[in-house]
Amino acid sequence: MRRLPFSPWHLLLMPLALVFVLPLVQMVLTSFMTAQEINQFPPKFIPTSLHVDGYRALLSESHIIRWFANTVLVSAIAVVSHLILCSLAGYGFARLKFAGRGLAFLAVVATVMIPMQLLMIPTYLMFARAGIVDTLAAAFVPWLASAFGIFLMRQFFLSLPVELEEAARLDGCGTLRTFVSVVLPLARPALATLAIFTLLSSWNDLLWPLVAISDDSKFTLQVGLASFQGTRRTEWSQLMAGNVIATMPLIVAFLVAQKRFIATMTFSGLKG
Amino acid sequence: MALTFAATPRTPQVVAPRPRGKRGRAARRSLTGWAFAGPATLMVVGLSIFPAVWAFFISRTKWNGIAPATDVGWRNYQRIATDPDAIAAAQHTLVLTVLFVPGSILLGILIAVALNQRIRLIGFYRTCIFVPYVASAAATGILASFVFNPQFGAANEALRRLGLPAQQFLESPGQALIVICLIALWGEVGFCAVIYLAALQDIPRELVEAATVDGAGKWRVFRHITLPELRPVTVFTAIWQTITAMQLFDLIYTTTRGGPMNSTQTVVYYIYELAFQTQRLGYGAAVAYLLFAVTMLLTVGVIWYNRRSGSGAF
Repeated sequence: MRRLPFSPWHLLLMPLALVFVLPLVQMVLTSFMTAQEINQFPPKFIPTSLHVDGYRALLSESHIIRWFANTVLVSAIAVVSHLILCSLAGYGFARLKFAGRGLAFLAVVATVMIPMQLLMIPTYLMFARAGIVDTLAAAFVPWLASAFGIFLMRQFFLSLPVELEEAARLDGCGTLRTFVSVVLPLARPALATLAIFTLLSSWNDLLWPLVAISDDSKFTLQVGLASFQGTRRTEWSQLMAGNVIATMPLIVAFLVAQKRFIATMTFSGLKG
Repeated sequence: MALTFAATPRTPQVVAPRPRGKRGRAARRSLTGWAFAGPATLMVVGLSIFPAVWAFFISRTKWNGIAPATDVGWRNYQRIATDPDAIAAAQHTLVLTVLFVPGSILLGILIAVALNQRIRLIGFYRTCIFVPYVASAAATGILASFVFNPQFGAANEALRRLGLPAQQFLESPGQALIVICLIALWGEVGFCAVIYLAALQDIPRELVEAATVDGAGKWRVFRHITLPELRPVTVFTAIWQTITAMQLFDLIYTTTRGGPMNSTQTVVYYIYELAFQTQRLGYGAAVAYLLFAVTMLLTVGVIWYNRRSGSGAF
């Protein structure tokens, strides 16, 4: 390949890229430092060696492993449930004709406008009456399905040619059979987008679990980190270790599947 | 809207007692349709429109969640206008939005144009710039309170190297809101850049080539071809980022918790405090309704303005 000439765009992109990525690098490096190394000015960026005191203290003084397991569980339920319920509903709205379809879809789309801050008071009261406040169920029930997910899947199914499904029907497949064995295999890209979107939003959610859960063995990672920060404002190596544990799974997933993540961001931008 | 919620999947069954003949088939089809769409619709509508209606009734009461609620009519709404905390919170939200929305549009376009160049290292740059988007706002807030720590943070070190005086950042009532806005931009600009980049790549190449053949320079092509083509995306970004800025909570919670001296107490933070720290559910719901109304008005306003000045979006 011909070497491209030096472009002045590097002068803009290089500093920008560093501004975006260096804080994350510093977060990882700081998690391996001792308090002495951290509390000095001018600051040092490279630890003298890999101290794991921060991680050790975090593991013994907080429920971080529990929080991690809780978050994995909540996100897994959210993703699986989204994949099933939203693809079913998206298909229903895109292809099946039923009484009240237009109105029901309008109601779903209208909900996008309502801010979480308005819903959290009555939702909290509803969950309290149902007896699920302060349980993990409170954290995942709002994530079982979403208007965005239904909309995304509907748009995708609308873009598929209808002939394949008609052929399946002629071969004697029922609606569910057609959906599962003909339509779903074609929907893999849309399902991947939906899964990534749901994973990002449920994993990173803070406000709702903060409101709904106060028992610290049921915290998700985000709530756990925020509460841990409230009590240890200056234990930076522990805080950064917690940050690393909470963000690395998604960062690694992003690095591995960057194309799919970017497609997800693009979709939620252009169609959302 | 509550009526929609009441129209549960079972309704068609009642309409068709015997699934026979034309009406029977239609009812069966409806049943299948609702079996597909019903569960998710019920979840989404049940967890938003129903609570939203309930929130309205709560907003007309004085209630701490335990003792019986007393009906106060519109008084909660009237009180907002004279509540100094609510007015200050609205001002903080306004400042944040006014800084954040244009900032993310301008930076988004700039980064997208830069990332659209065919130069070396572009994959590296793209990864670096997009990766903060997947970090949670809570973790970003904790990281930011370290980077902007006045005693030993990297931000002050950078200022020192540039020969500038050290700052208090998040601990200064005058700077905290601006610093939070910068941190929010750090986390969200990747998203704007991605959608601008996709839009740039959708611009038909012939358009640019034709203009270049006609003798237009790079800047004129950008000004008269690229920017107008990006307009629908800009409308979306403006709405989306306005909503993001107005609902910013996680970052504030993990950096300043509304301080110092309430200088970063925004409307959503105030709602959280009212409802879940001081148990004033009725008044909190009223402030939340006002926020909802303003968000709706702004969104409709942007779409209306855009329609009137003739662009294809929405």
